[in-house]
Amino acid sequence: MPRRIETVVLHDSTTPIIGDVQKGGNVILTTVDSLLAQARANSLWPLTFGLACCAIEMMSASAARFDLARFGSEAFRASPRQADVMIIAGRLSKKMAPVLRQIYDQMPEPKWVISMGACASSGGVYNNYAIVQGADQVVPVDVYVPGCPPSPDALIYGIMKLQEKIKKESGRYKIIELNPRTNEEVTV
Amino acid sequence: MSLGILKDVARPILGGMGITAKRLRHKKATISYPEQRREQYPRTRWRHALTRYENGLEKCIGCSLCAGACPAKCINVVAAENTDEDRHSPGERYAVRYEINMIRCIFCGYCQEACPTGAIVLRKEFELANYHREDFIYTKEMLLEAKAST
Repeated sequence: MPRRIETVVLHDSTTPIIGDVQKGGNVILTTVDSLLAQARANSLWPLTFGLACCAIEMMSASAARFDLARFGSEAFRASPRQADVMIIAGRLSKKMAPVLRQIYDQMPEPKWVISMGACASSGGVYNNYAIVQGADQVVPVDVYVPGCPPSPDALIYGIMKLQEKIKKESGRYKIIELNPRTNEEVTV
Repeated sequence: MSLGILKDVARPILGGMGITAKRLRHKKATISYPEQRREQYPRTRWRHALTRYENGLEKCIGCSLCAGACPAKCINVVAAENTDEDRHSPGERYAVRYEINMIRCIFCGYCQEACPTGAIVLRKEFELANYHREDFIYTKEMLLEAKAST
């Protein structure tokens, strides 16, 4: 059964307010939620998804000089079941797009996507029949990192932007069952 | 027996620790990025900027040569005539719209090479990541440098 996951935003500010109960939030668990968000933001395990030359810069970001481990992202996972963030590093061909979508679907919730580089984010110079013009046509992208390829520090800046975003999320998700044929909500 | 333990267990461990101890003397390779930035190479190309002359006029004359040279076709220039009342650049025309799609740009620097007046330059500001694709269309107001306060 396909599912759509909607984030229930509890607060917009980074600092949690105890007793804020808009949109079905829990009074007692607000601090726990923000703690959970902090934990998630500071232990983002990326999925190795190097598609092209951007992957070289991604590897460099996790190596000694830039050391992604300082942000808790040193564990690049080869299995989507253990990964939190998918870094799409490189041009996404139309043949690769269903594979990317399947791997994204195999990642456990909560999950995020960083689109790294011009090709993954928009197609870049490859405006042709073979390349998907932006990975956001296939998966929901949280942070776009421009550059060809982005230098490791530009990627680390993108990861910091994602951490900021996660810290603002309160870590609550609503799972909506979808009809497998029409992708519409199933009313129970 | 005890000699065997010493030879097979303690020696390799000490040997391994010796390598660690040797590396401790070396200079640390890590640059702790947000607090401390590495020196960018002289020819690093990142965010574009539209420059001005010393008298405050824009260098861009709206000739669209940068848009023609761009391999990613990410630059859009719309030119308009200068008048004596509304003068933006020293030439006949100026760019009324100048947009760069920063997410499609590959930072090759061909626009900088093609520019006859040296109006567009690529600076070293690399922190460009953002959340929405629409935010990457950099308009003329974002690209144009502020007037020098004299």
